[in-house]
Amino acid sequence: MKLHADREEHRLSVSGLLRDDTTFASGKIAFFQYVTVGVFLFLITGFWELQVRNPEVYQERAMQNSIKAIPVLAPRGKILDRDGRVIVDNHSSFSLFLSRENLKMEHLKPIAEGLNIDYDSLVARVRRFQTRGAPQYQPIAIKEELTPAELAFVESHKDADTFPELEVIHVQHRLYPRDGLAAHVIGYVGEVSEVELNTPEFARFRQGDVIGKDGIEREYNDLLMGVDGQRRVEVDSFGNERRVLAEDKEAVPGKSLQLTLDLDLQAVAELTMENRRGAVVALDPRTGEVLAMVSRPAFDPNLFAGRIRTKDWKDLIDNPDHPLMNRAIQAQQAPGSTFKPIVALAGLETGAIDENFHVNCGGGASFYGRFFKCWSRHGGVELHRGLVQSCDTFFYNVGNRMNIDDIAHYAEMVGYGHKTGIDLPHEADGVVPSTKWKIRNFREKWYPGETISVSIGQGATTVTPLQMAAAIGGMAIGGVWNQPHLVREGARLIPARHGELNQENIKKVISGMYGVVNEGGTGVRARLPGINVAGKTGTAQLASNEVLKGTKIGQTMKDNAWFVGFAPVENPEIAVATLFEGGQHGQLAAPIVRDVMKAYFDKKARLAQPHEQIASLPAPLPGSLLRPTAAVAPARAGASKP
Amino acid sequence: MSAYRSVRDFDWLMLVLASAICALGVLQIFSATHDTHYSDAWWKQVIWILAGFVAMWITTLVDYHTLLGQVPILYGLSVTTLIATYVLGMSAFGSRRWIGTTSYHLQVSEFVKLVIVLLVARYLTELKTDQFELIDLLKLGGLVGVPMLLVMLQPDLGTALTFLPIMVGGIFLAGMRWQYAAAIVVVVALVMPVAYFVVLKDYQRARVVSFLDPSQDPKGSGYQVIQSKIAVGAGALWGRGVTKGTQTQGRFLPVPHKDFIFSAFAEEHGFVGVIVVLGLYFLLLMQIVQNAQTAPDRSGMYICMGIAALLLFHVLVNVGMVVGRMPVTGIPLPLMSSGGSNALAVFMLLGLVNNVRLRRFVN
Repeated sequence: MKLHADREEHRLSVSGLLRDDTTFASGKIAFFQYVTVGVFLFLITGFWELQVRNPEVYQERAMQNSIKAIPVLAPRGKILDRDGRVIVDNHSSFSLFLSRENLKMEHLKPIAEGLNIDYDSLVARVRRFQTRGAPQYQPIAIKEELTPAELAFVESHKDADTFPELEVIHVQHRLYPRDGLAAHVIGYVGEVSEVELNTPEFARFRQGDVIGKDGIEREYNDLLMGVDGQRRVEVDSFGNERRVLAEDKEAVPGKSLQLTLDLDLQAVAELTMENRRGAVVALDPRTGEVLAMVSRPAFDPNLFAGRIRTKDWKDLIDNPDHPLMNRAIQAQQAPGSTFKPIVALAGLETGAIDENFHVNCGGGASFYGRFFKCWSRHGGVELHRGLVQSCDTFFYNVGNRMNIDDIAHYAEMVGYGHKTGIDLPHEADGVVPSTKWKIRNFREKWYPGETISVSIGQGATTVTPLQMAAAIGGMAIGGVWNQPHLVREGARLIPARHGELNQENIKKVISGMYGVVNEGGTGVRARLPGINVAGKTGTAQLASNEVLKGTKIGQTMKDNAWFVGFAPVENPEIAVATLFEGGQHGQLAAPIVRDVMKAYFDKKARLAQPHEQIASLPAPLPGSLLRPTAAVAPARAGASKP
Repeated sequence: MSAYRSVRDFDWLMLVLASAICALGVLQIFSATHDTHYSDAWWKQVIWILAGFVAMWITTLVDYHTLLGQVPILYGLSVTTLIATYVLGMSAFGSRRWIGTTSYHLQVSEFVKLVIVLLVARYLTELKTDQFELIDLLKLGGLVGVPMLLVMLQPDLGTALTFLPIMVGGIFLAGMRWQYAAAIVVVVALVMPVAYFVVLKDYQRARVVSFLDPSQDPKGSGYQVIQSKIAVGAGALWGRGVTKGTQTQGRFLPVPHKDFIFSAFAEEHGFVGVIVVLGLYFLLLMQIVQNAQTAPDRSGMYICMGIAALLLFHVLVNVGMVVGRMPVTGIPLPLMSSGGSNALAVFMLLGLVNNVRLRRFVN
């Protein structure tokens, strides 16, 4: 209180100095205090509004800011050859996704410009996801295989301030062999399309799923395709992950698939067909395992590994040679003379002929008022020589002694006219004409004259290269047809068909086919030293050749060359059929089959002597289609070495 | 006379309040920067606060009357330094507010505030009449206007604006005719649109626009306000916990350890934390006002009230910005925001208040 007294005293002492009195301001200071209270109330109501009245709104928005659902894409299973060597692998790359939780349509334009994406198709794509009702957390893939420059663009624009919807995801992309090796067998993957999603087969997929579109990739998609996972992460405003909040679903990688293909054989077969149109199929008739399957021209499946560019797609579709078509299972062509062993077998089985049945070939014969030409003048011909020389006149007569339905019966027995059931999509049936077939398709009765054409593999008869390899191979092992298939385990196999055939009759036909190759017949170019090869050439006019003869359609109208063979004759292990489109003569198809068989038996010999150095592989046969490099077949398949 | 300037007379309550705010500030700086490049910001701030204590003590020692006597020199020095800063100063964040070496910068304008406080106090004390005349308004306005303009040119509109409440508060206390006040309001109302289009720079105009309607410009200035409101709202009643606020930790908040520190604090400590800190500020302001009320003379009163008005303005503008009730001006929250110059300057201002308090019984 002493202090207080001092103060009073002090104030009195300076009372003269009125100018220094502060009491005049006390009311204004009080006013300032009220203002201060007002300011604080003003501020506190601001916080009340945000934090107490409706914090949920802001908590929700804070979550939208910072939490992203990120898909974890499951890698597809690898595809291996029969020895476990990798044919199809995956490689790591970065894909750009749009996260749909914070997607703004007005951002699409600058994003499209920055990344060189077509704006209209991007918008269409986003709309498609929205209209299909894909789950909100499922992001939209907009660009695959980002280049470093594109990655840099994304990294510098994915902050919360600019385009927070940008999301880079590490993905495994398909890596297919180069040069279209086994392209048709393997097929390719692609994003499930709008049209596909509306079909029952694909209804179970979601918009944006990458699925097998063709070949093995499609047939075994469920096995190869893993199950995508998802995790939620907290991100910062620059779009960087801060921490993983939850592994909502773990990704289950797809399973590996081992094929029956032999890469070595496949590589050789590919080479034999280089710059040609056609197909080669090699299979083991004892099991139905397909060892090699080639269709040319081929395509590069890597074009599809990301999203195929419109131009590439158009080029493939518009190519008159149809590179996407798997000729091995889809080319339905007249078998020509390769059909003769079946006709011979039918003749023997039905008793229409025996092995001594004799015809004199003077360059053709007349039936039903029309002259049917032979390709040569063979003189006196019986069954064996008929096959060896591929005498048309002989087989016209054989056919003429039978009913068309008898021929059809045996043709169907060996597997023509219906799918082999191989584990590939879009296999063609081929045509085995019969009276029933004629009525069903043309509402007309069968004319006997048509049988004459069929008996040399012309007329309406068509087969696929796979059917031919399977049919002849099955006959070669005594009339047992195993379902051709491409995977070592897990193929849905139907039991082997056993034909009710007289083994003696089969032997007679095989003997003729042996002669084709080894007794100066049409298939002499398929000879292999030390291995007994049997086979049959075929030179087939195109089905519509007769009609188009007058018109000029160039190279496509040249005759197709066929060769089908098997070896060793005593105990067949391999059957090979080749279709060389526009090859003009079956003799020219024979070396293709020979080279494939040679590769098969060379490899077998190598494996039998594992300790021997394979320093020098046997030199290619004279006139071989294979270039010297092809002898080192495995190196050729180096793109997918294990 | 020194007997009266005992340790007991020191305004311990004010120091405790300021320290408490500083402590929460350091905690928040730590939380907002612990996993960033600025992770050493919290202990740097501690050092600045300790330096602030020393500066406060020094400011307390020199009699404020002596300081008032040196106002012309201090004023001249301020203007010269501001010009020097403008001419040679280092460029940081696109503006020239700093002077010093690369490792330690001092923001000159922060210390000019002290000079403005003293200037206003001296000018108003020396008035011969009880009425504040128009000529005085023009003179004082001119004196304050020069450094203000220099700061504005840096460009640092926010800090320049903080000079105004010191002057306006002082003039209000000195007693201005309401007619003048009305006239000023009219003039300001007329000048504002002109200033908006002529004086303000694009980014400043953008700030005004985004203040009036943040959603109109969600990617620019409006973005900061929107993110700040999200942070505050997400904090709800109890907050999300230290280092747990996603808005703060994920850098969605702009500069969460500087201008938007209160937003970060509100996110991690919630409404309850906000009330505590705003309560501390309120008590601190009331304590300064109390010191004004017990000031021994007019100059002391003006000094304290100038400081109170300045700090109130800072809190209003900074915290108001955080909840979207004030435009984004980029002025720090005193005692909390990370930054050396501001910490030193605020402690020196508190030292001035103490200076006045310690001399309340003497003449």
